Amino acid sequence: MPTQVTPESVEQTIYDGLVELGTDRGELSREATLEDLDVDSLDLVELAQIVEDVYGVELRGDDVKEVKTVGEVIDLVVAKAG
Amino acid sequence: MTRRVVITGVGAVTPLGVGAEPLIERWCAGESGIADGLGRCREFDPLDFLSKKEVRRSDRFTQMAIAAAEEALGQAGGEGGLPYEPHRVGCVVGTGIGGLPSLEENQRKLIERGEKAVSPLAVPLMMGNAAAAAVAMRHDLHGHAYGVVSACAAGAHAIGDAARIVRAGDADAVVTGGAEAALTGVAIAAFAAMEATSPSGISRPFDARRDGFVMGEGAGILVLEEKQAAEGRGARILGEVLGYGATCDGFHLTAPQPDGTEAARAVRLALDDAGLAAVDVDYVNAHGTSTPLNDRSETVALKAALGERAGDVPVSSTKSAIGHLLGAAGAVEAIATVEALRRRVAPPTVGWEEAEEGLDLDYVPGSAKPIENGDGPLVAISDSFGFGGHNAVLCLGAAT
Repeated sequence: MPTQVTPESVEQTIYDGLVELGTDRGELSREATLEDLDVDSLDLVELAQIVEDVYGVELRGDDVKEVKTVGEVIDLVVAKAG
Repeated sequence: MTRRVVITGVGAVTPLGVGAEPLIERWCAGESGIADGLGRCREFDPLDFLSKKEVRRSDRFTQMAIAAAEEALGQAGGEGGLPYEPHRVGCVVGTGIGGLPSLEENQRKLIERGEKAVSPLAVPLMMGNAAAAAVAMRHDLHGHAYGVVSACAAGAHAIGDAARIVRAGDADAVVTGGAEAALTGVAIAAFAAMEATSPSGISRPFDARRDGFVMGEGAGILVLEEKQAAEGRGARILGEVLGYGATCDGFHLTAPQPDGTEAARAVRLALDDAGLAAVDVDYVNAHGTSTPLNDRSETVALKAALGERAGDVPVSSTKSAIGHLLGAAGAVEAIATVEALRRRVAPPTVGWEEAEEGLDLDYVPGSAKPIENGDGPLVAISDSFGFGGHNAVLCLGAAT
């Protein structure tokens, strides 16, 4: 049963995922840019796998290619899953 | 004028510890890093060298290569690094197998959870050139950079190729060596299935009781530089790659030629390349795997290549102290050889006790002993032979 999608739960999932991928938790915020966090295309593919495991939502490379901040990633997942 | 190739930095991760120093010091003291039948690098923690993210993005063999390169480049260039244009520095790193742990982990994910569970990092982690790529990226090296794959000869082939690249004028320096971390379920079972590894779990090269090799893991990295450039920048020179010989048995997938014809030819080629003769050899760092076949055919090959000199020169195997590091072996052993020459000492074949008929060279039993040859620069041969019949032999010299 996929986890219920709320902005809060998605934020938690994305934050936990980014920490798992090696990002420092103290640097995370909705405004933080992926570039500043050194999150690249390979990280985003892994993050998409985590999101799919948790919410059953499939994110493709094209979906995330314009995304610049952590907040935009969260909003995208919420919108896709909503 | 022939360009000469000197060694200005060495770094190692081995079962004897992290660093070239514990490798040579502990081996010379007759210690062994083998435990429970394996040569694991128990003291190596990748987080001592890499961020959490970098650790996730590299297989263990790459992590070890990065650590060894850090040490070697630190020794060669200090804080400022090497003073060469990045495009004039290469990176050639051998491996026997590559990122097998990553392959096995993703195979498990594929079977258990399907295609979508396979990591996008699987390919860059397991590819055999991953160590060369990671070291080049970390140190901004833009010259010749690639992996070398020739089983247990890969580390020596890498160093030989690197020396050729410098000699040909294609680079001022090359960061080179080998790395291997394949102590996984599949690799351990596979080597055991072909009866290559030791059922007793004891590495005792050239001893009558030897029953196979002990698998190990680790990395060895050297910084090679063109001699005049190195001298010009005031680098401390540790040794020299004097010569390189490479041949192939073309005989059997795994077994060496019993008469060691092509192995002997590789030794002679390395000496010819160095402009030296058998009488100039002061020490032999043998491939000495502890398998019944290798140690016999290698002894035959050394007698054929060195003639009477074979009986006078100390011959010892680093694998007696750390096991067989496969694609890293030739590089780690080249480092051990240069460091032994610098100390003017032949380290022992640890655990050697029982002679076998025909295996009658001086295998340096018991403890390390001085290399007797006045005060002049010392010369050694380092043998590496791999499954597939690959033979790579380095002729190494210590700095005067």
